[in-house]
Amino acid sequence: MLDINDLQVCVGDRQILRGLTLTIGEGEVHAIMGPNGSGKSTLAHVLAGRPGYEVTGGSIRFKGEDLLVLAPEERARQGVFLAFQYPVEVPGVNNTYMLKAALNAVRKHRGEQELDAMEFLQFVKKRLEIVQMNESFLSRGVNEGFSGGEKKRNEILQMAVLEPVLAVLDETDSGLDIDALRIVADGVNQLRSAARSFLLVTHYQRLLEYIVPDQVHVLADGRIVKSGGPELALELEMRGYDWLRGQDAA
Amino acid sequence: MASDNQHIEDLVRKDYAAGFFTELETDTVAPGLSEEVIRFISAKKQEPEWLLEWRLAAYREWLRMTPPNWARVKHAPIDFQAISYYSAPKSRKDAPKSLDEVDPKLLETYAKLGIPLREQEMLAGVAVDAVFDSVSVATTFKDRLAKAGVIFCSFSEAVREYPELVRQYLGTVVPVGDNYYAALNSAVFTDGSFCFVPKGVRCPMELSTYFRINAANTGQFERTLIIAEAGSHVSYLEGCTAPRRDENQLHAAVVELVALDDARIKYSTVQNWYPGDAEGRGGIYNFVTKRGECRGARSSISWTQVETGSAITWKYPSCVLRGDDSVGEFYSVALTNHRQQADTGTKMIHLGRNTRSTIISKGISAGHGQNAYRGLVRIAATAAGARNHTQCDSLLLGSRCGAHTLPCIEVRNPSAKVEHEATTSRISEDQLFYCQSRGIGTEDAVNMIVNGFCREVFRELPMEFAVEAQKLLGVSLEGAVG
Ligand SMILES: Nc1ncnc2c1ncn2[C@@H]1O[C@H](COP(=O)(O)OP(=O)(O)O)[C@@H](O)[C@H]1O
Ligand SMILES: [Mg+2]
Repeated sequence: MLDINDLQVCVGDRQILRGLTLTIGEGEVHAIMGPNGSGKSTLAHVLAGRPGYEVTGGSIRFKGEDLLVLAPEERARQGVFLAFQYPVEVPGVNNTYMLKAALNAVRKHRGEQELDAMEFLQFVKKRLEIVQMNESFLSRGVNEGFSGGEKKRNEILQMAVLEPVLAVLDETDSGLDIDALRIVADGVNQLRSAARSFLLVTHYQRLLEYIVPDQVHVLADGRIVKSGGPELALELEMRGYDWLRGQDAA
Repeated sequence: MASDNQHIEDLVRKDYAAGFFTELETDTVAPGLSEEVIRFISAKKQEPEWLLEWRLAAYREWLRMTPPNWARVKHAPIDFQAISYYSAPKSRKDAPKSLDEVDPKLLETYAKLGIPLREQEMLAGVAVDAVFDSVSVATTFKDRLAKAGVIFCSFSEAVREYPELVRQYLGTVVPVGDNYYAALNSAVFTDGSFCFVPKGVRCPMELSTYFRINAANTGQFERTLIIAEAGSHVSYLEGCTAPRRDENQLHAAVVELVALDDARIKYSTVQNWYPGDAEGRGGIYNFVTKRGECRGARSSISWTQVETGSAITWKYPSCVLRGDDSVGEFYSVALTNHRQQADTGTKMIHLGRNTRSTIISKGISAGHGQNAYRGLVRIAATAAGARNHTQCDSLLLGSRCGAHTLPCIEVRNPSAKVEHEATTSRISEDQLFYCQSRGIGTEDAVNMIVNGFCREVFRELPMEFAVEAQKLLGVSLEGAVG
């Protein structure tokens, strides 16, 4: 599904990722943890194709193909989805309008019939339930005046609509209170399937109590310094990241 | 709404009655402007003496004036003696015989806007001389309006049929010597539209469809006069989203609106005259004077404009708020791409007590486009309790374009409240990437963001036109980002 091999990424003249290697199989859920500034969002953005991140070495293959040659919108159409750590507001653009445009772009790529306004409304109503959002969200501007938690839920709604093959969730848990966290985690769990892989980027172990990953990786100094099962997250919580930093240096 | 549109399209497709366009005799006066030419125009149109005198007075004023030079627009001096002020429609021999002979680029644009074929032919100036159905669209609409007591006709017809009404109101909002181009228009205007809504009548339809067809016939110097009597309502839409072939470079129209007690006039414009090519060759100079007077108490006038066309736009639809508690509104989207220049805005002149005005201006600049908002809010000493809110936002696409905000506020009454907000921003990379990361292509993403930026204005447009205006924005922005 996803094969990242020896990935090197620079922002400006600073190298952020220094030989990151990671493989995610079909239907697997992987978590990446790491201290602030370790490059988690950088990895997420590089996967989605954000401009400004220069890949200076290594490769990313998605479903066996080179992902890095694709434009961001092409990646999305092929099934890569990024739930942003900081979703932006797009003032004046109706949430439904954007969701529908996005879904139809993806459907068109898949050779499926585009949905008209009525069909889309039917379609989206079911997805709203997944994130326990009510319909009034649809008529608001994209993220316009949304609370932090609402923005994160809106990201999961978009994911539910687009039905990606690979979903990268960048700190979707941060800034959520416990109820919102549960809703988001429930949503993600409902969307787990044998054909869908997840990469959960998180700072805290808390999220992983709700979404139990197949593997946990620790990112430090631009590479994966340790991988393990769900128990690794707990260990990290107790011992802190410095424990691993030392290990990496040794 | 969809069925409404269909209905309109059907009507448009069906009926182009012979005589719908007033065919003029084939005489054309030689280029140049003089009293003689004005006498000729007036005689051709069989106008009453007072109107000829009115034109001549305007002409004499014009001779004493100089073209305005304060706008942020650049163009070579206009040779007014090189223009022919009265010409019959072009000979059909010169017109394209069918759409096959029309510039494919233009056709492409029509297709994108979803303009029906028949209308495309008309817009492209194809010589369609097939005999159309005898039932004319115009007649159908006119019947409905006549039943309600609304007069809606060409300006020439109004001069013939309702000379007293015309005489009573013409030039009372925009005096003949108001400005250089208004004076010129007053001297030489050939036609335009006239609308009179009697006391207490709500106009039974948007005056748009009719106009849209009729508008293909508008001349270079167009004159419009709308009068809403006490308690009446009218919504008027001028223009068309489709770019229209036009040989005249200079357009200098005048629009006057009069609202009496409790009357409401809503005037919406979608302007998409030929903007010139990417290098700035050709294109229309759109130098327009539009002004409405809220003459009566509690009256309101609302201007909404979407300006995407013309090489140069010079236009300030304004409101004179004379009646107590009257309301003026101005909602504007002005887009300049390539080498287009726009200097546009509004004047809100508060004279009456508790008068209120709202200004929302959205300027979008792309390519080498230059966009200036120029606004005046004047609160006279008599306007106790007056309020104005102005919001003026500029959006830049690319680094070679420009946006300028030139607001002017004069307050002579201490009880007035005036608020002004202005922002200038570039289209945000973050927003673009966000849309792209959802599968939306760059161009669509730009359109979406720009349309969102304009939303407060678009929602003021009549429904069917709001949809068209959105498409139009997309077409006008093509090649703006890449
Ligand atoms: N666009 C950018 N410009 C400059 N520096 C950046 C940019 N994005 C990330 N960085 C830097 O790269 C490092 C990794 O950032 P990030 O990937 O956001 O970390 P994390 O998500 O793990 O907290 C940080 O030091 C950050 O300051
Ligand atoms: Mg981060």
